[in-house]
Amino acid sequence: MDWGAIFGNAAVELISPTTAAYALAALGLAIHFGFTGLLNFGQAGFMLLGAYGYAIPALKLGWPWWACLLTSLLASVIFALILGIPTLRLRADYLAIVTIAAAEVLRLTFTTNEFAPVTGSANGLSEYQRDLLTLNPLPDGRYGFGPWVFSDRAWFFLILGWIVVILAALLTWLLMRSPWGRVIKGIREDEDAVRALGKNVYSYKMQSLILGGLFGTVAGIIFVMPRAVVPSYFQPTLTFFIYAILLLGGAATILGPILGSIVFWVLLSFFSGFIARAVEAGWLPFMTQVQAGQLRFILVGVAIMLIVVFMPQGILGNKKELAFVK
Amino acid sequence: MSSEITPKAKPVKSTGLHVGDPAPGVKKVDPILIADGVKRTFGGLTAVDVEHVEIPRNAITALIGPNGAGKTTFFNLLTGFDKPDTGDWSFEGRSLAHIPAYRVARMGLIRTFQLTKSLGLLSVMENMKLGAKDQTGENIFRGLIPSLWRKQDREIEDKALDLLKRFKLDAKKDDYAASLSGGQRKLLEMARALMSDPTLVMLDEPMAGVNPALTQSLLDHILDLKAQGMTVLFVEHDMHMVRHIADWVIVMAEGRVVAEGDPHEVMQDQAVIDAYLGAHHDTDLGSTDTGHVEAIKELIDDEQ
Ligand SMILES: Nc1ncnc2c1ncn2[C@@H]1O[C@H](COP(=O)(O)OP(=O)(O)OP(=O)(O)O)[C@@H](O)[C@H]1O
Ligand SMILES: [Mg+2]
Repeated sequence: MDWGAIFGNAAVELISPTTAAYALAALGLAIHFGFTGLLNFGQAGFMLLGAYGYAIPALKLGWPWWACLLTSLLASVIFALILGIPTLRLRADYLAIVTIAAAEVLRLTFTTNEFAPVTGSANGLSEYQRDLLTLNPLPDGRYGFGPWVFSDRAWFFLILGWIVVILAALLTWLLMRSPWGRVIKGIREDEDAVRALGKNVYSYKMQSLILGGLFGTVAGIIFVMPRAVVPSYFQPTLTFFIYAILLLGGAATILGPILGSIVFWVLLSFFSGFIARAVEAGWLPFMTQVQAGQLRFILVGVAIMLIVVFMPQGILGNKKELAFVK
Repeated sequence: MSSEITPKAKPVKSTGLHVGDPAPGVKKVDPILIADGVKRTFGGLTAVDVEHVEIPRNAITALIGPNGAGKTTFFNLLTGFDKPDTGDWSFEGRSLAHIPAYRVARMGLIRTFQLTKSLGLLSVMENMKLGAKDQTGENIFRGLIPSLWRKQDREIEDKALDLLKRFKLDAKKDDYAASLSGGQRKLLEMARALMSDPTLVMLDEPMAGVNPALTQSLLDHILDLKAQGMTVLFVEHDMHMVRHIADWVIVMAEGRVVAEGDPHEVMQDQAVIDAYLGAHHDTDLGSTDTGHVEAIKELIDDEQ
């Protein structure tokens, strides 16, 4: 068995742009769920708006990268307002239902053939990176060391992705130690108590929904930069993986989502490499290659269950809090 | 056990608060809060149906009544946490109908809850700081720049520490509020409410679950609020306490205000005895709530 390749591939995931994108989306969910207590089950929808909000103006209108970015962000804010205005006055579960439904509506809208000239329907869109790539300062070629040898283009997206993640983490950290963060955390604990102290809870919840959604949107852009965008990326399972990452890392932490994403992707890559080669080597005679492809998700699922059972606060969560979880 | 509560200093009672004979809805010399025709029904049940009531300024008013009388619902209505079917009410001359709860709080009408709402996974100090109003750093953009709110935050912390000392919670300031006992949470909630310098404090059963030694200091705190110029409206079941600190008593039963008056006189009112014991108490004592019977008996004994 080629252990070198298995570990090599896992090591690549350690810093891949996909890991960065999931980390950022999970950080957005940390703001929603971990800090504010909002149950957003539509993070995939925010990511979709990022991906298409960037790709469509770039391809169809030839807009520069920053205009595409702004389009995404604007779409995300509008989406958050549409979700939040009717539901944030209601109990937390309503937001959960509305967000999961709205994200599915978005995905199906981008899948349908009706809008194929704009969305590319199920085939999606590609080659929208050109304008952003003009900013790439790296010389042509492939470089790096060990398992991390990529093209200049891959390095560019990777570095950009992680810079954004670091900035977002910094922003979240600044906010959560401010009086604004105190109100947000108070709302998570008991919104009526916070209301009784004169805080406009509705407005704070909306701000949190928008901010975390924007993180998801930018994560969507980072996610599709190294590839083409197809609507099937944005299934509800994407949101569930991001929740898994969040719980793995620690819901009300800032570095948790980032570490969670790294652990998740490294484990996923390791398991898939290991199983594929195990099947090849005939260690698992009852299994085909296709079945093996699915098994990795089962194994990751089991690993996450174990972590949640034995470390419910997540890797970086505060153990002291556990004593008081209702 | 209530007899352990002895006043440290005899509280100074405010008198001459009303105009005319004490009766339900009597006019006050200087009302801070006036409610008119406030009615709230839950399906077929009329929880609150208050024709007219005025709360006197800079006095301690007790709102009493048997379980289910509608006291908490009335609190919720007055503070914007619930919407009445009909009715108008004003605070310091400004109508409060259709004003959301957070605005009511900002106007200086702060309430606490019967079921304490401490913010469990925030420290006691953070709970307190949340109570302060007009915080620069509570704006999302200004919050990003610590230099804009540091100084104010430190002042708030000093004030919070001061209050925590008075409520004997200063040793707990860095603990999670969830780690406090039930009585300590009541104290925290009251201290937190005072962080915003309210003009009217509405306390829903502030003493429930607080031990007698602490009850004494809580009573002193409430008297202190009056001394500082605040108005207090509180719900309480312990009649000794009511009589000890209240300047005025409003009695509710089945959603209505059935009696009002000076704490000593109101207890003699037939309507109050009926409210607690049921109108047919002389014929059917056995089926009434024995707790209330005792409360009222104690009172009547006490009066003599
Ligand atoms: N949300 C609600 N839905 C239905 N009925 C309610 C609701 N809230 C209160 N009630 C009813 O309204 C009546 C008044 O309740 P409320 O809580 O105001 O009583 P209370 O005077 O505070 O009693 P206690 O002294 O026991 O706290 C009760 O009969 C209660 O069952
Ligand atoms: Mg009550």
